[in-house]
Amino acid sequence: MNAVRTLAAPFMPFTAAVLAAALLFALFLAAQGFPAMEALELVVEGAYGSSFAWQNTLSRAAPLMLTALCVALPARAGLVIIGGEGALAVGALAAAVVPAACAGWPALPVQLLMAAAGFIAGGAWIALSAWLRHARGINETISSLLLAYIGIALFNFLVEGVLRDPASLNKPSTTPLAEPFLIGAMPGMEVHWGLFWGVLICLAMGFLVRQTVFGFAVGVVGGNPRAAMMAGLPVGGLILTACFLGGGAAGLAGMLEVAAVHGSANAALLAGYGYAGILVSFAARHNPLGIIACAILVGGIGASGSLLQRRIDLPDAATLVLQGGLFVALLAFETLNRKGVRRV
Amino acid sequence: MSDGGDSLAFGSLALALLGGALRVSTPFLFVSLGECITEKSGRINLGLEGILVLGAMSGYGVSLASGSPWLGVLAAGLCGLMMGLLHGGLCSLAKVNDIAVGISLMLFGTGLAFFLGKPLIQPQAPMLPSLELGAWSDSAQLQSALRINVLLPLGLLLALLLHWGFRASRWGLALRLVGDNAAAARALGYPVVPIRIGATAAGGFLAGVGGAFLSLYYPGSWNEGLSSGQGLMAVALVIFARWNPLRCALAALLFGAAGALGPALQSQGITAGYYLFNAAPYVLTLALMAASWTPGRSLAGAPGELSLTQR
Repeated sequence: MNAVRTLAAPFMPFTAAVLAAALLFALFLAAQGFPAMEALELVVEGAYGSSFAWQNTLSRAAPLMLTALCVALPARAGLVIIGGEGALAVGALAAAVVPAACAGWPALPVQLLMAAAGFIAGGAWIALSAWLRHARGINETISSLLLAYIGIALFNFLVEGVLRDPASLNKPSTTPLAEPFLIGAMPGMEVHWGLFWGVLICLAMGFLVRQTVFGFAVGVVGGNPRAAMMAGLPVGGLILTACFLGGGAAGLAGMLEVAAVHGSANAALLAGYGYAGILVSFAARHNPLGIIACAILVGGIGASGSLLQRRIDLPDAATLVLQGGLFVALLAFETLNRKGVRRV
Repeated sequence: MSDGGDSLAFGSLALALLGGALRVSTPFLFVSLGECITEKSGRINLGLEGILVLGAMSGYGVSLASGSPWLGVLAAGLCGLMMGLLHGGLCSLAKVNDIAVGISLMLFGTGLAFFLGKPLIQPQAPMLPSLELGAWSDSAQLQSALRINVLLPLGLLLALLLHWGFRASRWGLALRLVGDNAAAARALGYPVVPIRIGATAAGGFLAGVGGAFLSLYYPGSWNEGLSSGQGLMAVALVIFARWNPLRCALAALLFGAAGALGPALQSQGITAGYYLFNAAPYVLTLALMAASWTPGRSLAGAPGELSLTQR
């Protein structure tokens, strides 16, 4: 009995927060004359009620897993990075220019090159924040936010400038990917392979931070940088690597949006996954395995939007209200968590 | 092209820039003054973007319903105040991270504004009046450049007031003490947590007013693409201004001018680089932070309790 209680304890604030958010959302809807209980049922149905709903949910969860890692890995090293949207933008941009140089190549090497380009570009973008902090003492939260704006501006500048496909008139885009380079659906599903990569990378990062010497060293740096330095750990290198891996994950999310969703780089792929990823990571307490679950929860809310709109005529912003409320509740209920959690 | 033509083009570019800066800097001004108050108390609120959008929506709605844009401004401020109270209250709980709460409030406020603002997209609400400072000139261009909104002088006045207040008033000193050294403030008997909550609420009020400007003056309507991230930029702006209200006002004008540079150049036929000009303030802020860093010290002028400025 005690073992069950110990195991369940960390989930109590989480469950309480989800219930509180659902209750507040229901009250909010009821106050405006919407059928509140039906809305809650529709959220569950639209998110997890059918195989179609699940596929929609999982497609939305995939990029969230990757952008959340952009927060979680630096957080292990004690850094609060909030610039995932910028890493996603430069990752998408880097991935989108690769195919132009590889016309006529077989698909797999091109896709791997695109993934590598996205990973490296996103990783370098966030590693720059880590370097600015380590070498110049600039707070990484601010610098990553500033770099996110700069990355997004660069993205728009290039997509509407030199990289623009002249055929894209109303919606400036880069040259669309050739058919064979596109990343398709996984066998037997309509969800693209991005989900597989998202889960795999979350699992790999979970292994990295928990089971390896590198992960342990990063944790020491995050816990007490001075002690880490005294112990002879290469603090700067560890911070830089953690940020590079995190930024790389977000850059990969950008690559997947290009290769599996939009087919080219355009402004539509900057849909706020970078910002939502911050909250997914905090809600999962920066635990890569928890991120998978949180991303599926948050992706599910987004997926239920169209059903809410169709059946009971809720505005599409209803899912934003529920997501925002859920995050506020999750963060607030964190205070009930008795175990000492690292305050990043 | 002759010299005369060049100077004419340059003159009208400068006028377009001035007009643009005066027009679009007002939301920057209010949001940054609000964030300045909050950060002086040692907290950071990244949720001002959500407050700005919520303020724009509620200001527009109340102006439409009551017929008075000033009631709209007040309502926008009060909405911001409530959101600020929520942020301040939540961050006073143990183990709650102020950066994450800010970002979740950004989502929440935006969602709330979009949800409740659906019926407001069509109707036209009464707008805030403008002041014709250019009436003395007979150049139509100068007149339009100097047609400023009534909130701008109020904001500048507020910047002066805050500048004086932070240095010379009892509440200003208490606020700064709480933000610089919470332990010392506690030892002197100042209530640290209530002061911080109050500072966040005041910051929220001003951000809401900044939002009302967007919907009630320029661009002057309610739609979901109204804000172009002015609320998020506030954080960069306050750092750029090094937590000084007068410099906040200057930085707001500068950020406004940088934003106006793209459209102004576009009207002169230069379209390239639009987005790079938009990014200029961030590059400047980053460069400023890198340049002003000295070993072993946090950024000059920064509140000591602010998590953002500690290594």
